[in-house]
Amino acid sequence: MSKQVKQLDRVIIRFAGDSGDGMQLTGDRFTQQSAVFGNDLVTLPNFPAEIRAPQGTLPGVSSFQVHLADHDVLTPGDAPDVLVAMNPAALKANLGDLPRGATIIVDTHDFTARNLSKAGYDANPLDALGDANDPLGEYAVHPVDLTGMTVEAVKQFGLSRKDAARAKNMFALGLLSWMYGRPTDPTVAFLEKRFAKVADIRDANVAAFKAGWNFGETTESFAVSYEIKPAPMAPGTYRNITGNLALAYGLVAAGVRSGLPVFLGSYPITPASDILHELSKHKAFGVTTLQAEDEIAGIGAAIGASFGGALGVTTTSGPGIALKSEAIGLAVMTELPLVVVDVQRGGPSTGLPTKTEQADLLQAMFGRNGEAPVPIVAPQSPGDCFDAALEAARIAVTYRTPVMLLSDGYLANGSEPWRIPEVDDLAVIDPKFAQAPAADDDGTTPTFHPYTRDPETLARPWAPPGVAGLEHRIGGLEKADITGNISYDPANHDFMTRTRQAKVDRIADSLPPLEVDDPSGQARVVVLGWGSTYGPIGAGVRRVRKAGYHVAQVHLRHLNPFPKDLGDILSRYDKVLVPEMNLGQLSLLVRAKYLVDAVGYNQVRGLPLKAAELAEAIGELVAQAEGVEVDLTAATTEPSSQEVK
Amino acid sequence: MSTTSTSTELPFPGLRSGVELVPTTDEPQTGKDFTSDQEVRWCPGCGDYAVLKAVQGFLPDLGLRRENIVFVSGIGCSSRFPYYLDTYGMHSIHGRAPSIATGLATSREDLSVWVVTGDGDALSIGGNHLIHALRRNVNMTILLFNNRIYGLTKGQYSPTSEAGKITKSTPMGSVDHPFNPVSLALGAEGSFVARTIDSDRKHLTSVLSAAAAHRGTSFVEIYQNCPIFNDGAFDAIKDNDTKADAIIPLVHGEPITFGNGSKGLVRDTATGGVKIVEVGTGHGQVDPAALLVHDAHNPDPTTAFAISRLTDSGYLNQSPIGIFRQVERPAYDDLARAQVATAREAAAGDDAERLAALIGGGDTWTVV
Ligand SMILES: Cc1ncc(C[n+]2csc(CCOP(=O)(O)OP(=O)(O)O)c2C)c(N)n1
Ligand code: SF4
Ligand SMILES: [Mg+2]
Repeated sequence: MSKQVKQLDRVIIRFAGDSGDGMQLTGDRFTQQSAVFGNDLVTLPNFPAEIRAPQGTLPGVSSFQVHLADHDVLTPGDAPDVLVAMNPAALKANLGDLPRGATIIVDTHDFTARNLSKAGYDANPLDALGDANDPLGEYAVHPVDLTGMTVEAVKQFGLSRKDAARAKNMFALGLLSWMYGRPTDPTVAFLEKRFAKVADIRDANVAAFKAGWNFGETTESFAVSYEIKPAPMAPGTYRNITGNLALAYGLVAAGVRSGLPVFLGSYPITPASDILHELSKHKAFGVTTLQAEDEIAGIGAAIGASFGGALGVTTTSGPGIALKSEAIGLAVMTELPLVVVDVQRGGPSTGLPTKTEQADLLQAMFGRNGEAPVPIVAPQSPGDCFDAALEAARIAVTYRTPVMLLSDGYLANGSEPWRIPEVDDLAVIDPKFAQAPAADDDGTTPTFHPYTRDPETLARPWAPPGVAGLEHRIGGLEKADITGNISYDPANHDFMTRTRQAKVDRIADSLPPLEVDDPSGQARVVVLGWGSTYGPIGAGVRRVRKAGYHVAQVHLRHLNPFPKDLGDILSRYDKVLVPEMNLGQLSLLVRAKYLVDAVGYNQVRGLPLKAAELAEAIGELVAQAEGVEVDLTAATTEPSSQEVK
Repeated sequence: MSTTSTSTELPFPGLRSGVELVPTTDEPQTGKDFTSDQEVRWCPGCGDYAVLKAVQGFLPDLGLRRENIVFVSGIGCSSRFPYYLDTYGMHSIHGRAPSIATGLATSREDLSVWVVTGDGDALSIGGNHLIHALRRNVNMTILLFNNRIYGLTKGQYSPTSEAGKITKSTPMGSVDHPFNPVSLALGAEGSFVARTIDSDRKHLTSVLSAAAAHRGTSFVEIYQNCPIFNDGAFDAIKDNDTKADAIIPLVHGEPITFGNGSKGLVRDTATGGVKIVEVGTGHGQVDPAALLVHDAHNPDPTTAFAISRLTDSGYLNQSPIGIFRQVERPAYDDLARAQVATAREAAAGDDAERLAALIGGGDTWTVV
């Protein structure tokens, strides 16, 4: 039977099931297949904080959304076109996000009275399909006994029924792979490697995957398959990468490009732990990882290693930053290089451990006693975490300062195609260690002064132990200028406080001009963002432009110091919109610094901002600024950048 | 630059010395070489002076290059120590010195790393780091200056102050039960645990020398008098009239006896611990030959712990002094560096090539 193949330019698919159903793996495999196929894509994993929340319940639902397209896309998509629901709870929890006409593929097997009641259904919604009162009447529903067919397909391997049923996620993956014409070889190879040690499980998963594909091809329930052509991308070699992996690679690269051994002191915390896990694998690069007794010890060890001449790094999330604050102040005072990674999550306190937020900006900026300026760098997409980590290390080493690298849960676990850079093209970081002093004519060596400064960067000398003539003592007490001896002198403290601030401000001299994306040059509204909102803002801006309006976009990598041209740029626009996943932290900073009337667009839902809602907010501001009516109905989908040029 | 061992004899043949990888010098050194140009600012009569002098006098014996010695301290009167030594040093933040020293010692095998801390610094705010340093057995020496009071903050009771102590923050007497630092260190898997006294320079120096030679975390509690806020806390063990009865000296391989030979320790079969007995041949007295012989190298810490319990928790009328325990256990930093070295040796190609392979790994595709 030959089936119809329809062309699509983009699709958003969400896999949802119980935490134990392997939805993250399923989504990840589908993503890898799509990446290798050449689509552009953005992903959004969404899972509960509990490892195994009660089975079959709404809080136990885990999902993975992927947006793939034949053009460049910036977000995981606002609303899924296709939902794969492995049980009643997954259907119920996700239904509200679906637009009319969306496709739903449900595993009917788990729609038992018990599971329906756990999910809060009085009646089986699948019983009424096609009836006048069909609660799913707005959608194209495909009820399929995924589990039953999986068990049947893997019968020959003699697994227990439970183990056999566990391969149902691979059956679902096979079916979706057929529907969207995904290459299957990478997944077969992956399964063979992953389950290499357990032959029957390996064979069952491969068999279920293939059975899912074959089912799609033969069944009458799916009449159409889809094709999404590869997206045009800049030449190069690509891989799909998550933010945490890219960040870890960036730190390894920083070690290689500086010639410094990387020393990570860290205490496990979601969503940062994967960086610790990843760096632990790279001892061959001279990377040492210490799982410390707490966050304070983690940063303490990193500071000790930095004093010893290593690139000290500590990784954590917001609660860990709170614990590290005093030690960050010590690194400010001792002027030692240190990279502090904060993978932000919902707060305050334990907050939303597995969800994303950007509410640690002011903590990074001000969360210490005294005047303790710390440079802040933020990546804008998963792949960009690599470059941001290198940039943080460059600033830390060049300016002898702790640097805050602000990632977030969405960047950490989300993924995108990443063009693999050439190692030779990466920035070189020069540690410029202090040199042993030469003896004077009379044979005496001059005393080493650890608080002299480089006239350009204001950095002090970095003099790790082991060099004769550079013996010195540093610490958290105020230092006398030049000598570094303890000083309680009022004028000296004033001078040193200003000097530490001036040193951080000097970093702006090393930053490139901001990129202002204002294609028509006629925009009166600029949208200013930072961090992971880059994608949603970009997508929102495109919608507004597609509907025929003008809007500019500026995105900040450096939050402290701000790039030197930021003030001028903001003053060129009538309105400044600052979308953030917090209640207005960047807004506060730009208002204070530039006296601009920044308007916030703020949400703290633990999820990335939605492009459509953002477009509305931008539209409202454009309407105010230009005195026109703004109608965005012309732009309901996420257009590519090519379309609007 | 040679890396031979120091003058101190090690108890375990074949065990690496604590300073084995630290470069040595043949240049003669004196205490003056280790004295910085900073004015010492402790109160007159403070016990910290005696310890500083002893350390300055002892460091030349190690024969190490001065630039390879680092002192890291926390916060407190005692933690000013690094400023007065002309080595590398860091005066860090309250309680965190062991963690900083852990990072330093792990990343630099060629350094002799010392931690200077107080009873509040190490046992109150920094208690967690102390026990974990001991557990890991990072190669460093921790000098805990125990004056049984918070000196720098002007005299509040500390985690080693006796219950009932009247201080500024406890006008009706403290109701806290104190720590016994030696018991704590033994319980935290300490591989070298000792106690000494600020005023006994000879003993102090011998303990420091053994501590430096020990590979792993050496923990040394130093009784230190604070004449301003806790004067006389150690009078019973310092006073010539009382000290023979107050100090229970521990010498490896020697029977444990004190009170000028009139008292000694034996095992207490009833409790499984140790007890003090009268020594002699009379009724109820114990023959000297039956006394407990101190074995600091016993792999089982039980007896060392039992001995540590003879320390008074109230006013100090009695305390065992010396090396309680000194056993061989792999040091964290040696193991951590060995893993890195093994991984590096096993890897082919230079770092840049391997970085290209790493970031270019996984499922890739090429766009032309
Ligand atoms: C985070 C922090 N909390 C409190 C203090 C105040 N403080 C400084 S030293 C000290 C206690 C020191 O006692 P100890 O460690 O026994 O040292 P000593 O002064 O007796 O040598 C305290 C509470 C501080 N410096 N930092
Ligand atoms: S307060 Fe006590 S411990 Fe501190 S310097 Fe004075 S005498 Fe020494
Ligand atoms: Mg004290």
